[in-house]
Amino acid sequence: MSAHTLEMTINGRRHAATVEARTSLSDYLRMQAGYTGVQVGCEHGVCGACTVIVDGQAVRSCLMLAVQAGGSTVTTAEGLAAPDGTLHPVQQAMRDNHALQCGFCTPSVVCTLAALTEGDERPGEDDLIAAMSGHICRCTGYQGIRKAASALAGGAK
Amino acid sequence: MKPAPFDYVAPRTVAEACSILTDAGGGATVIAGGQTLMPLLNLRMSQPFVLVDINAIAGFRDVTRVDGGTRVGPGIRQADALKNATLSRHVPALVRALGHVGHHQTRNRGTVGGSVALGEPAAEMPATAVALGASIEIASTRGTRTLAARDFYIGPYMTALEPDELVTGIFYPDWGDGHRVVFGEVAQRPGDFALTGVVGALALDGAIITRAGLAWFAMGPTPLAMQQAEAAIAGKALEDVDATALADLAMAGTAPFDDHHASAEYRRTVGRRLFVRTLNGALKQEHAA
Repeated sequence: MSAHTLEMTINGRRHAATVEARTSLSDYLRMQAGYTGVQVGCEHGVCGACTVIVDGQAVRSCLMLAVQAGGSTVTTAEGLAAPDGTLHPVQQAMRDNHALQCGFCTPSVVCTLAALTEGDERPGEDDLIAAMSGHICRCTGYQGIRKAASALAGGAK
Repeated sequence: MKPAPFDYVAPRTVAEACSILTDAGGGATVIAGGQTLMPLLNLRMSQPFVLVDINAIAGFRDVTRVDGGTRVGPGIRQADALKNATLSRHVPALVRALGHVGHHQTRNRGTVGGSVALGEPAAEMPATAVALGASIEIASTRGTRTLAARDFYIGPYMTALEPDELVTGIFYPDWGDGHRVVFGEVAQRPGDFALTGVVGALALDGAIITRAGLAWFAMGPTPLAMQQAEAAIAGKALEDVDATALADLAMAGTAPFDDHHASAEYRRTVGRRLFVRTLNGALKQEHAA
């Protein structure tokens, strides 16, 4: 079993670590780097709760090895709000539209929406809502999340 | 829910990857996007000694026009392939199918080649390769070979790929300007594996179908080419094809399975209707290339 040293930028800070080859990015982020906003649900890519932003794209961190993210820039839910506490537009839209209840899926949902709304292409409402198929939420019935996604498509950037 | 221990290597060339696979003597597994493999590792259904990551191999994400078709590098991300202008122009059936592969988040990592190489019978990419008459380029330290997708799939997650071999490209032959795309899928939710699905293309000379390529997914242990239906359609005028009458030929050879999502009987009943509806849609130009 090989061990690997890696560096990555997480939420604007440089992190260096040694990981086992088999360590998933989700376990590295939670247990070594300390970003417990990354939730681990099913660990086989179904629930979407572990979604983070790697080099600008929303990905399942349980389906990626930490070693594969070496050299990457990673953003978790903790890295979205401004240092003064001002919410990211996605977080504000989620709040305004009552798009969360227990909060377990919320960090992943905001990561997907933030990656899409901060990308080069402005996503349409349909794109944002379609991307929500990658998340399971057992509380809200999705309607609040849907409203938040619609509001973001309207241009809150 | 954690993978068994393994070594990890990320070779930069095909030659280097092949020598690692040979040295591992069958104990190595190739990882591309990992969106199918990582669940198998996490569930310990796959326990390789060495994981060979092909993401750093130069040129593995290229899409190039070659004589008679389009060559797709196995490492291209599904999300990138969805936006690729060459693929939209020349292999639109692949792009249509890609929209149904997993979710936005998994397409950002998942690759075309990984899905083709793993051979999940309910997945869109293997069936699309079979339907379109694609061929699969394979390399090992023993040399290179090319295998038709129709000869590649043996069973669920079982292919003709030997343990020391690596998929280095997929060649999709041209179907010609204005060819019709055939695609239909029934799944419980967007992004789920299909309960039944149909994919293919119809090459045209005016209003005459010169060639048909059609395949099922989730209707047997491998993607299944509808050879009898293809032969019956070829040479006919678009308006002379009766999809309902072809359904029996299309169903020939299917062997759908029971699981907790759907019974084999459900897949047969819905698959037959999906075939008729999807083929009729293609005949009426709902999706032209």
